[in-house]
Amino acid sequence: MRFRTLSELESLCRNESLTIAELMIAEQARETDEPAEAVIRQMSGYYQVMKEAVSKGLAAGTQSRSGITGGDAHRVNEYVLAGEPSVGEWAGKALAYALSVSEVNASMGRIVATPTAGSCGIIPGVFVSSQERFGWSDEKLVQGLFAAGAIGYVIANNSFISGAEGGCQAEVGSAIGMAAGALVELRGGTPAQAVHAVGIALKNTLGLICDPVAGLVEVPCIIRNGLGAVNALAAADMALAGVRSVIPSDEVIGVMYEVGAKMPMEHRETALGGLAATPTGLKLTEQLKRMKK
Amino acid sequence: MRFKHVFSIIGPVMVGPSSSHTAGAARIGRVSRQMLGCSPEEAVITLYGSFAETYSGHGTDLAIIGGLLDFDTDDARIPEAFAEAERLGMKYDIRVGTGIMPHPNFAEITVKGGGREATVQGASIGGGNIEIHSINGFDAGCTGNYPTLVIAHHDQVGVVAAITNTVSAAGLNIGFMNVARKARSGDAMTVIEGDRVPSGELVEALRRLTSIENVSIIDVR
Repeated sequence: MRFRTLSELESLCRNESLTIAELMIAEQARETDEPAEAVIRQMSGYYQVMKEAVSKGLAAGTQSRSGITGGDAHRVNEYVLAGEPSVGEWAGKALAYALSVSEVNASMGRIVATPTAGSCGIIPGVFVSSQERFGWSDEKLVQGLFAAGAIGYVIANNSFISGAEGGCQAEVGSAIGMAAGALVELRGGTPAQAVHAVGIALKNTLGLICDPVAGLVEVPCIIRNGLGAVNALAAADMALAGVRSVIPSDEVIGVMYEVGAKMPMEHRETALGGLAATPTGLKLTEQLKRMKK
Repeated sequence: MRFKHVFSIIGPVMVGPSSSHTAGAARIGRVSRQMLGCSPEEAVITLYGSFAETYSGHGTDLAIIGGLLDFDTDDARIPEAFAEAERLGMKYDIRVGTGIMPHPNFAEITVKGGGREATVQGASIGGGNIEIHSINGFDAGCTGNYPTLVIAHHDQVGVVAAITNTVSAAGLNIGFMNVARKARSGDAMTVIEGDRVPSGELVEALRRLTSIENVSIIDVR
């Protein structure tokens, strides 16, 4: 890849008059020595998996393997359809769809890691709800996935994308930044605006710990995916309105690394601290252990 | 750059619930099977760090057994991997290890079968991506992102040159390469990540070289 940072990505796009998605497709095709069509075909397959996961999880019966979670996507979707959600209809749908994919993941269903399974709801939540809202083609959304991938590639190589290494900021935080930047591009924003959206989004998740109750990707992961999708919409709106990330996005990624590297082991996906170690978190863990026996 | 391309960020397609504890774990299992070169009859799996603390909830144990059975990350049989292993007569022992390991998500897998044995140590670094730290005690330093040749040989003058000449004659470009030895003039291992799957002819040509012990292919893309 010819870029290591978001600022390099942005200047390449500017100098070559390409969108982030177009640049990413060309770079990927060169890296794997395949025609661009083959690379696009692979990503199109991934988008279909995301859409299937959205519809699967909205059905009433979704239940996680542990039984702790399930059915929230259905609940929220019904509520959004029935009335006046405070965040508005479309953010409400992004919320429901993100919850849906995360619930499918918790039931050991089929999803796409974006960038991880713990954060797999955010991009589909934003993308599928925006597709419905704006009447976009699948092809357009597939372009958006390449833009999201380019942003994630920079975050992953300069910081982390796993909760065990850098906490939830590395998973849910990265996914929100990727979704926000991609949405800016899908809505006609410039690469520079997309990069600002990433910084705006990431600042709001710095320090977020990874503290899954009983070590399961359920509590609080599923809810964080739902709220993450709504945050991504808001960060994209700010960037499209012309708000800039005063601290450049690459420097914010550097802060994510700094904070993650100093995060105690208890708060990095070991289930030994945070919400996992609350009285209720411990009680649920005990109950599950007894169920297994 | 730990992450090489766009599909290590968007992807893999997988069964949940965790890309590092489920999908990455399945891949480490699959690498172990490929190093053995056949279906394992026995497996000892030792989990460290976050793997050790949370494997049950994430299905890490199921995923590694699934990988040992050659299941890809999106194989719907992963949740039933224990039953499948039993049906095929594969014995397995899952242990929790202690001590400082190079990564918080770390596993060591020893497999036996067909009269052979292989040991793989790997880390799951996020989003289903892995790093293979060692193979049979040699530093490996490969990622499973590319078709990989693993060549066991003796440490002596000209062996690495003969290997790269043979690979070059087959028209295979080397992306990344790692050579390790246990002792001077002792056993050594060369790991080559290439741009496409090595042909059967190339593997045979490598096996015919002097001082080559064994040639295996890892392909878990």
